[in-house]
Amino acid sequence: MRGAKSATMVIGAIAIALTATACGGGSSSGGAEDGVVRAWWGDPQNPLEPANTNETNGGKVLDMIFSDLKEYNPKDGQAQNASAESITSSDQQTFTIKLKPGLKFSDGTPVTANSFVDAWNYGALLTNAQKDASFFSNIEGFDQVHPDKGQPTAKTMSGLKVVDNLTFTVKLTQKFSSWPDSLGYDAFAPLPKSFFSDHAKWLQQPVGNGPYKIESYTKGQSMKLVPNPYYTGDEKPKNKGVLLKVYTDENTAYADLQAGNLDVYEYVPASDISHAKSDMAGRYFNAPTGINQTISFPLNQKSWGASGMNKVRQGISMAIDRDSITKKIFQGTRTPATDFTSQVLGSAGGYSTDVCGDYCKYDPAKAKELIKEGGGIPGGKFTISYNADSGSHKEWVDAVCNSINNALGGQVCLGNPVGTFADFRNQITQKQMINPFRAGWQMDYPLIDDFLQPLYTTDASSNDSHYSNPDFDKLISQAESEPDKAKSVALYQQAEKLLVNDMPAIPLWYQNTPVVWSSRVSNVTVNPFSYPVYYNITVKG
Amino acid sequence: MGRYVIRRLLQMVPVFLGTTLLIFVMVYALGDPVAAMFGDRAPDPATAAMIRHQLYLDHPLWQQYLHYMGNIFQGDFGTAFDGQPVTQLMGSAFPVTLRLTLVAFAIEGLFGIGLGLFAGLRRGRLADTGVLGFTLLMISIPVFVIGYLLQYFVAVKWQLANPAVADGAPFGDLILPGVVLAGVSLAYVARLTRTSVAENSRADYIRTAVAKGMPRRRVTTIHLLRNSLIPVVTYLGTDIGNLMAGAIVTERIFNVKGVGFQLYQGILRQNPPTVVGFVTILVLIFLLANLLVDLLYAVLDPRIRYA
Repeated sequence: MRGAKSATMVIGAIAIALTATACGGGSSSGGAEDGVVRAWWGDPQNPLEPANTNETNGGKVLDMIFSDLKEYNPKDGQAQNASAESITSSDQQTFTIKLKPGLKFSDGTPVTANSFVDAWNYGALLTNAQKDASFFSNIEGFDQVHPDKGQPTAKTMSGLKVVDNLTFTVKLTQKFSSWPDSLGYDAFAPLPKSFFSDHAKWLQQPVGNGPYKIESYTKGQSMKLVPNPYYTGDEKPKNKGVLLKVYTDENTAYADLQAGNLDVYEYVPASDISHAKSDMAGRYFNAPTGINQTISFPLNQKSWGASGMNKVRQGISMAIDRDSITKKIFQGTRTPATDFTSQVLGSAGGYSTDVCGDYCKYDPAKAKELIKEGGGIPGGKFTISYNADSGSHKEWVDAVCNSINNALGGQVCLGNPVGTFADFRNQITQKQMINPFRAGWQMDYPLIDDFLQPLYTTDASSNDSHYSNPDFDKLISQAESEPDKAKSVALYQQAEKLLVNDMPAIPLWYQNTPVVWSSRVSNVTVNPFSYPVYYNITVKG
Repeated sequence: MGRYVIRRLLQMVPVFLGTTLLIFVMVYALGDPVAAMFGDRAPDPATAAMIRHQLYLDHPLWQQYLHYMGNIFQGDFGTAFDGQPVTQLMGSAFPVTLRLTLVAFAIEGLFGIGLGLFAGLRRGRLADTGVLGFTLLMISIPVFVIGYLLQYFVAVKWQLANPAVADGAPFGDLILPGVVLAGVSLAYVARLTRTSVAENSRADYIRTAVAKGMPRRRVTTIHLLRNSLIPVVTYLGTDIGNLMAGAIVTERIFNVKGVGFQLYQGILRQNPPTVVGFVTILVLIFLLANLLVDLLYAVLDPRIRYA
């Protein structure tokens, strides 16, 4: 009897647990809503604050819900006025920014000069610990709100001044003629009053002034965006909304698209590319994106940084068969590099097909010769470090090493996996790397400056190679203060030639974004930032 | 029996403290998470220092641990790097994983015991060999292979189910991942049941029951199965914990936003509160499941008593 009684209790407990969890689940959202695009998404790493978002998952949303002073044309990446009526300067150092009248946030409050000035001051203030704070570092007064050591001595930057409701001025610490073109970056977005008055609530459901507004947001699962009724700009949505769905596994997203539960997917793994074209019946596009990849050398180490070693670095570059690797490993989702920038800049913007010249072409004989001239590879062999936790870098690093080994003969190069991305980055920033390592750069804005200044000027924020060349620094600074665009680009390219000679990093390839879409949607394109241009997508039926 | 349960519950306290400390140290050993937050850009030192300060990372390990434990006892499990409280993550993840576990558990129990009984009663015959071969196959194929294969054929090719589980994890969507998750355990349960049934079917009390003229059905279910289930129940009990914690691969393949998803994100981003919080709860579930198993012994075998 005793046993039977306990058994009933156990079954009872299980039944209760079952019903309790059954209540916990919401309704299914597998079906498609009329006119709504269902798109792939990854879980953003940070809270969705404009100046705190530095990765593409968060950036994708900010791009949709904010209309910055300038926006980049999705076709050619040209900066065009969006919220700004005009941005003028007589000396390339103080800029007067006039806003378009009548702009509103999606909660109906007006967009004013203060919306920008307050947002930028918030982003720059050290105590707010915003990850993109350094984007404001060329505004005068940044040192006071964001000192290298100790507490800030001011709350606002002295370089920002509100003139009237729709006008404000910005004073930079030095001349920078193309600075206005960088204002399309998400960190420069305006913020409504509610961001400051009820921050926690704003983070639950961010409010912006862009083409879309967030209707609902379940963190880690999905976000539903609908057209913002107050938006008056050029990017008016041609659909009834976008449902962003978080996927953790690349293959699952592809399977879900094939099964008709997803409409747009721009992260197709290389293993699926080979059959994507036939699976999708032509609904596939390989879009150039502002991302390049390099192998960087630790020039702070004597072994790699000694004078004359540039020949060895050039030699290694010539031992890499970029064509075969991009075709076989990446299935064409990478394009062999011919310079240090990106295709998306276009030739007017500074992209060049011949700056790197022969040094970026596969030539085993010449490679051997150059390495011999430069004094040989330090220690006779070297490793290429990469982080093993994400991004499947192992495949291509091994392929690069194979190519080098074949060209030079013998076991010269070996891949060196580092457990986590954090550890990998720590080793680089703390100057602990003693051998070359992989590096990738995603542009913040489509300007040639963004591919050169932060990466290769002395002590710059992302100068992972710790490269330093006074001539290069001087040319970049000249180029930044040159008001004429063509002349400025010529100066940048002159500086780039120095890079080819010194080869602090080997340009490998430019990354493309492989996008596939369902038969339910059309007009799918991808902008240079690897985001699908959602507002242009139309939904059938 | 009440005292026994209380004693067992008290034993969980040191285990709880030990696991939190161990996991905390392990996540800490992965290194400084701040550099990874900045992607390929080197963090600006002042901002990085401020983030470390806000996350309490600028203190020595033991102080961080005490700070963390102090907060836990006030019900604060810390926050993930995206600003969400870990308790909120748990609130959304555990029900989902629990549902998946229940589906898997039901499949595993029902088919595992069923197959085992079926094979055990036909020991040495073709059916038995068939079951043994099938379970061997299940055990030897890695979970992700079965997962992707079933996903492709059942969901993409034949369109019988969704390849990814929808928001809120409705039970209909969970059947496919449940099968994948249950696969290996199902094989073990079937094998355990088969052996146990085969052995017990020659026991004296079965012969007596048959000799008394009892119906075959009653002999099998009441006398044979109940006595044969003790090792199976032990296995099933410990397997609840395994299913919940081991769903990482399955959850990933079928896009289930459960415990596995949160743990994966936590480890990838090196966020101690997320990892420690979730693992701690998993350990508690494991312990409770074990307690439940021990109590179930008394149900199955009246000779076992706890004092």
